[in-house]
Amino acid sequence: MAATSSTSSSNDKIEVKTTTCYMCACRCGIRVHLKNDQIRFIQGNPDHPLNQGILCAKGSAGIMKQYSPARLSQPMLRKAGATRGEGDFEAISWEQAFQILTERLANIRATDPKKLALFTGRDQMQALTGLFAQQFGTPNYAAHGGFCSVNMAAGMIYSLGGSFWEFGGPDLERAKLFVMIGTAEDHHSNPLKKELSKFKRNGGKFISINPIRTGYSAIADEWLAIKPASDAALLLALIHQLIKIEGFDLQSVVQYSNAAQLVYLDREDELDGLFVRSNLESSANAKLQWWDSQNNCVVDAHTQAVTPALFGEYKLADGSRVKPAFQLLSERVSECTPEWAELQTGIEALQIVQLAAEMAEVVKSGQIELPIAWTDVWGNQHKSVKGAPIAFHSMRGLAAHSNGFQTIRALSILMILLGTIDSPGGFRHKAPYPKNIKHLPKPPKTTADFQPNTPLKGSPLGWPCTPEDLFVTDDGAPVRIDKAFSWEYPLAVHGLMHNVITNAWRGDPYPIDTLFIFMSNLAWNSSMNPQKVREMLQDQDAAGEYKIPFIVVCDAFSSETVQFADLVLPDTTYLERHDVMSMLDRPISEYDGPVDSVRVPILPVKDGCKPFQDVVVELASRLKLPKFTNDDGTRKFKNYPDFVINYETAPDSGVGFLSGWRGKDGTKSLKGEPNPKQWEMYAANNCFHHHVMPKEHQYMRNFNRGYQEWAVEMGFLTQVEPLTLAIYCEDLQHFKLAAEGKREGRQPPDALRERIKTYFDPLPFYYRPLEENLSDLNKFPLNAVTQRPMAMYHSWDSQNAWLRQIHAHNYLYINAQTAEAAGIADEDWIWVESMHGKIRCMCKLSEAVEPGTVWSWNAIGKASGAWGLSNDSNESQKGFLLNHLIAEELPAHGEFKHLSNSDPVTGQAGWYDVRVRIYKAEASEEQQTLPQFSPAKPYPGMKKSRPKWLTYFAGKGAK
Amino acid sequence: MSKKQLALAIDLNVCVGCSACVTSCKQWNTSGSAGAMADQNPYDADPSGTFFNRVQTFEVGSFPNTEVVHFPKSCMHCENPPCVPVCPTGASYKRAEDGIVLVDYDKCIGCNYCSWACPWGARELDEFKKVMTKCTLCVDRIYDESLDERDRKPACVLSCPTGARIFGDIKDPASDIAQAIDSRNGYQLMPEWETNPANHYLPRDNKNFDQHANADKSKDEEQK
Amino acid sequence: MNPPFSVVFLTTFIGMAQGCFLALFGEQLREQFSTAPASGNLLSYGAMVVLLLLIAGLAASFFHLGHPERAWRAATMWRTSWLSREVIALPIFMCVVLIYATLSFFPVFNPDVSFNLLAAKSSLIIGVAGGVSLLLILICLGMVYLSIKILQQWRTHLPIVNFVLVSCVTGFVLAVGFYILLALVPTLRHVVDLDGVPIHWSLIVGLAGVFSLFLLFVCTGMIYACLKFLQQWHTPFTLANFILLGCSSGFMLATTLGAWLAPQTTHFFMTSTLILTIVAGIVRSASLLRNKGLVPKSTLQSAIGVKNPKIVQKSSGAMAPTFNRHQFNHGKTRLFIRSIKWIFLALVFVLPIVLLIVQLLTQVDLTLMLVTLLIQYLGLIAERWYFFADANHPQNIYYQVIC
Ligand SMILES: Nc1nc2c(c(=O)[nH]1)N[C@H]1C(S)=C(S)[C@@H](COP(=O)(O)OP(=O)(O)OC[C@H]3O[C@@H](n4cnc5c(=O)[nH]c(N)nc54)[C@H](O)[C@@H]3O)O[C@H]1N2
Ligand SMILES: Nc1nc2c(c(=O)[nH]1)N[C@H]1C(S)=C(S)[C@@H](COP(=O)(O)OP(=O)(O)OC[C@H]3O[C@@H](n4cnc5c(=O)[nH]c(N)nc54)[C@H](O)[C@@H]3O)O[C@H]1N2
Ligand code: SF4
Ligand code: SF4
Ligand code: SF4
Ligand code: SF4
Ligand code: SF4
Ligand SMILES: [Mo]
Repeated sequence: MAATSSTSSSNDKIEVKTTTCYMCACRCGIRVHLKNDQIRFIQGNPDHPLNQGILCAKGSAGIMKQYSPARLSQPMLRKAGATRGEGDFEAISWEQAFQILTERLANIRATDPKKLALFTGRDQMQALTGLFAQQFGTPNYAAHGGFCSVNMAAGMIYSLGGSFWEFGGPDLERAKLFVMIGTAEDHHSNPLKKELSKFKRNGGKFISINPIRTGYSAIADEWLAIKPASDAALLLALIHQLIKIEGFDLQSVVQYSNAAQLVYLDREDELDGLFVRSNLESSANAKLQWWDSQNNCVVDAHTQAVTPALFGEYKLADGSRVKPAFQLLSERVSECTPEWAELQTGIEALQIVQLAAEMAEVVKSGQIELPIAWTDVWGNQHKSVKGAPIAFHSMRGLAAHSNGFQTIRALSILMILLGTIDSPGGFRHKAPYPKNIKHLPKPPKTTADFQPNTPLKGSPLGWPCTPEDLFVTDDGAPVRIDKAFSWEYPLAVHGLMHNVITNAWRGDPYPIDTLFIFMSNLAWNSSMNPQKVREMLQDQDAAGEYKIPFIVVCDAFSSETVQFADLVLPDTTYLERHDVMSMLDRPISEYDGPVDSVRVPILPVKDGCKPFQDVVVELASRLKLPKFTNDDGTRKFKNYPDFVINYETAPDSGVGFLSGWRGKDGTKSLKGEPNPKQWEMYAANNCFHHHVMPKEHQYMRNFNRGYQEWAVEMGFLTQVEPLTLAIYCEDLQHFKLAAEGKREGRQPPDALRERIKTYFDPLPFYYRPLEENLSDLNKFPLNAVTQRPMAMYHSWDSQNAWLRQIHAHNYLYINAQTAEAAGIADEDWIWVESMHGKIRCMCKLSEAVEPGTVWSWNAIGKASGAWGLSNDSNESQKGFLLNHLIAEELPAHGEFKHLSNSDPVTGQAGWYDVRVRIYKAEASEEQQTLPQFSPAKPYPGMKKSRPKWLTYFAGKGAK
Repeated sequence: MSKKQLALAIDLNVCVGCSACVTSCKQWNTSGSAGAMADQNPYDADPSGTFFNRVQTFEVGSFPNTEVVHFPKSCMHCENPPCVPVCPTGASYKRAEDGIVLVDYDKCIGCNYCSWACPWGARELDEFKKVMTKCTLCVDRIYDESLDERDRKPACVLSCPTGARIFGDIKDPASDIAQAIDSRNGYQLMPEWETNPANHYLPRDNKNFDQHANADKSKDEEQK
Repeated sequence: MNPPFSVVFLTTFIGMAQGCFLALFGEQLREQFSTAPASGNLLSYGAMVVLLLLIAGLAASFFHLGHPERAWRAATMWRTSWLSREVIALPIFMCVVLIYATLSFFPVFNPDVSFNLLAAKSSLIIGVAGGVSLLLILICLGMVYLSIKILQQWRTHLPIVNFVLVSCVTGFVLAVGFYILLALVPTLRHVVDLDGVPIHWSLIVGLAGVFSLFLLFVCTGMIYACLKFLQQWHTPFTLANFILLGCSSGFMLATTLGAWLAPQTTHFFMTSTLILTIVAGIVRSASLLRNKGLVPKSTLQSAIGVKNPKIVQKSSGAMAPTFNRHQFNHGKTRLFIRSIKWIFLALVFVLPIVLLIVQLLTQVDLTLMLVTLLIQYLGLIAERWYFFADANHPQNIYYQVIC
């Protein structure tokens, strides 16, 4: 080949270093090849358990992230007198930035710590940021989970003790049937792709349930084009069919779920709808009860050799009427016939019947049995692990609807019935899960739990099991700024980040002082209604004070949100810093054991940037937060790497942020004293630590004694006990009882009683999303949803010169017939209107979308001038956000003026509930998307002119 | 016909259209023997640039029986490459030893003529360097002895998350690629031009899917 | 295809130059072998104009190259590449024209050579035979690149016209070549009875010019005709059109030059131009008809190997126009293309033919001739633009949408 472009000469400096990708939250292992200190090639690390050498489109475009002209390079302060949002900044030093922050935060902490609201995006340091918030003493902390997929986490963890997302997944290596519901890309993107193709090549059958067929669904053997938000109907109909044809795994259901447990019926007291227990006086000894159908009497659950009744109604000695939970389930689904479901879902009844039959067939004759002996928590020895090789995976297609929690409950129950929980070919847990919801941390309970200059009592987020676990004032009003854990969203286990700005702006429940945003683009793609959010960020009270007085944004790029900051903290990129994917947060564990991983700096920190973790440690030290301070008042940790090595969850607990190479000499795994060489050892081991458990610990972990004993020792579990699978979710019933006034203790405000009564149903049910019930469906006949593009990560890499060539702008995709009926042709400019707003955009006709749905790629649209792109970039002129059509609050109805547009159980943002109509734009209209925003200005330190050509050649410098 | 013919087989049965092969190709080649692969308007309106490999999408059939085909496309390394003889400078050539079709950037005068002669649009003029470019089959990786054996594969093959890209010598019956083509009814694109593309495509393995594969092949054979 | 203007100018300029040279040479022959009066400066001035046109064409072609400084390399692959052959043929022709012009300008370089009319007459037959066979050789050479299928097209689409036309012109030229051979080689001269007739050296050089211009026509035409994927080009019509349109426009130029410099020649030129233009019009129309009926061989189905009759591209893998879009796609509406077609048919053929007839019937007018020339040239630009735009490259199947 050509001589002029020869790759390397002998005096080129070539290096290869390993670290972890962060072009998305999947966290693949990478090898970064450097030539003369510039990135030559980023390769998937073949020795990494997660991606095993493969790398996605984003991961391969890391070079363009690193050398992006949109990088921030120094701390910036809004210029005195400049209007917020206009992006008039002056560069300041880090020392100045720390002084401003320390002064302000110290003052807040000493007076009213809740006036600091710290919210973070898809960061992977919630262990650190959470600790900071807790030590600071503010209850107002959460990460992005509330607007992301908390329904999935909560729906499954309350049912199975573990969930999809980072804590479990489908065992595609062994599955024969794989049902993917409402997933376009997801967090486990690379491994899922790898497994999916292996699965298909092994002859597995892949069914996708999704209103849209793209990406993964494209290679599905069968596509069920479901109407959005109707999945519960489908799942309940499948359950109906399985019960009808007795196609479920009876043995597993009886043994591992609460199906046979007796439930009190129609009582007027606080026992109504709760499980029958033998010994009510001492809860420790209380035993759940079965109905012994041979001897016609109640027996303790799990009594040997008893076959409990699953059906029927019984009377206890005290006259109480009781039914097994399974009977209640079968009553619940009795009307949910396939024909009924067809009307809701648009999927033919026959297809539903066939699918159920197919599943039943696998349960009956397709079980997998692995010769792995194990002992269950009751002491029974098993010679093997068994399971029906039917795997499911689901994500935001279910989660991002306001009926998502109950839908995901239905999915969990379907999985339980098929006997596929932590079994071969089914759903598999990943450490540190499964967990017992009862023993997971609880949120603080009252306003007394936070005090000036004191750490928060408990952690800011937790897992409520009864109304007593809620975080409310004495009158039952919300305490947190996002109203999580209030009666409005009792199980908001990840908070409600999507309501923070609106609430803070309105001063509801109270005004705050400082809004601290890390790694989230809240003035744009992660807000519902960004147009209004931007106004709220700029809004001033009568005295000319900003309603949200101080906004701190830590970002690495000139995002839309940076524009609205008062103080900007420029972060490093993933190739410049230490990061930890900790067992205390969301590690990258595999089915066969815990795995955590790190990032280590590959390149020097750019100019005036600083790793946010170092900023947190520095701030915590300056504020003298207890866990960051020695008894003598001096700082405990030099910086973040030092913190990671030396921090222990409790004095001498031996548990820290990293589980690998613990102990003084690095010989201990998971637990052990701090090891000063821990970072080096990670770096030398491909930046991850994988503890492979013995085979007999790898399955049936909800009930696996051996595993649980080990997990208790490692601090993953608090005790060895059956983590019973919840067909009937008793936790919900406590809230319902309170709402019905049958229960002592905390009571919901009267206005919310009906809501709690309805949605806290211990058995899943199907309802249309909240917003839909408040919409004029004749006027707005269509559902509008978004999907993740595989080659772009939210706004994260908008500036990426290579990726933006693949997704420079987006279209609204419309079923061809729907478009035709509306007189719309391919690539027409159209208006899309919801009851909240309207946008103008371009459309594309498609045969791969259900006729009642329109969709677009998420977060491709940009505000003009942001991200170092030109004001006339395609992203801003032809690209658009669907978010402008979505509201963060439901329309006022009845007594409710400001209910969040969220799932009433978990507070999960109902992104995909919006209803729209479409019509053609006038020919005379401009060919530009609307709304438009006045262009952002370039910031200090950013290049003013953009190159016409980019001719990147590693080692020679970008031209 | 050469004894050895390196090529890719692309498995449409598992390709999910993720474009990993697109950017991994770009990053490997932009600093490789292909030189910089220029991007125009990288941060302005209408960003475009030189890519050796692109992934396209087609919708087949009508709702609800729609199939969506993600379709990666790079140079086919034709065994009878029409792009080569037309080149007036000899910059385009096919290597006798392994069948890779390459462009010598130092000889190319940027006349575009070879791109007219390629029915697949597999060649792209680098608008900055003004020379013709195309997939090199990562010729500067696959023989690089300083790399681990397992790394001596094209960048796109290494990165592809679904393993949809199979690389090897189609003339070696024992190779993965030859066996995949054989057992999965691998086919060539636009056989009507008789260029004998070395790259093959493995069809969707789906009964709803009216594929080229078998039926057509046997018909062709009958005709012969 | 997206018409590259450099190539539009290149081919129209050199085509006109080639035709004009042929016309001039014809005039020279006419003067040589008949009693027609000498045309004064016409030949020398005309040759200069031809040269200028060739230089302009060559210059235009450089704009088409990414690396013009390496253009010399393009002459290296003449064994396989028609483009390479063109790159050789063009300078040869230019050299010959240069010599021809020089000789015509400076009569000192033009010693007379004895020549025998009878020999010429008797060798005419041999000349035609030689010409035909040489033409066949040329065609055979082309056949290496034209597939078997092209022969079927020979049979179906106005083959005779093409064949006769191309071979007659070539044969005529070669026959003249034969005379000169006879004239030059004394041993041959002994074979037949020779009468001394004086001719100019420029006649011999001109003959070489004619030979090389036809070589050039063939090379240029074959550049396009040999691309079998471009079905609109992959036909003998391409060759015929290049030759005929070049001749028509070149004769038109010669007519204009004649009207200016040697009015006595215009009748000969004008009549030839008229005939050539009419024939070119017929052949071009026939080629339009042929292309209209073409069924694309490649379809979405064969392009991606899926049989389903309904396939729609949703993404071409790029969101901005890339090389594959702007090189092969004119991006114009159907209406625009159709208008261009009618415009060029009017400008290249109908209007000039009318204007020529009017002048033949009335009187030759230099201004009117200039207008006619200009009209036809504008039409030729449209024609060449259309020629490119009309060619539908199969790669476009893969680049139907920007997305
Ligand atoms: N319409 C619609 N809207 C949605 C969704 C949807 O499906 N539809 N999905 C929602 C979901 S699930 C989510 S998770 C959100 C995501 O939305 P966001 O949380 O806003 O995530 P990003 O857009 O990726 O923005 C993250 C910010 O992090 C910055 N960043 C990148 N790398 C670094 C770094 O190393 N350090 C720092 N400090 N900053 C960095 C980026 O520059 C960017 O400004 O979007 C939500 N919005
Ligand atoms: N490349 C890339 N990867 C990412 C991200 C990214 O931005 N880019 N984002 C990351 C983040 S933060 C998240 S939260 C995950 C989300 O990962 P996914 O859950 O895969 O996210 P979405 O793209 O929102 O996919 C939702 C899918 O649900 C479908 N859907 C919508 N409504 C319904 C419904 O009612 N029923 C059914 N059955 N389906 C429905 C949509 O058509 C879409 O296919 O992805 C992560 N991974
Ligand atoms: S999925 Fe892609 S972007 Fe995400 S970590 Fe892995 S390689 Fe990086
Ligand atoms: S990387 Fe593999 S799966 Fe992704 S588009 Fe390319 S071939 Fe398809
Ligand atoms: S695909 Fe095109 S560029 Fe590649 S060898 Fe064949 S004809 Fe040449
Ligand atoms: S563009 Fe370059 S490689 Fe292609 S034909 Fe011209 S000289 Fe040859
Ligand atoms: S083989 Fe190499 S050059 Fe060709 S497409 Fe793959 S990565 Fe690109
Ligand atoms: Mo998310």
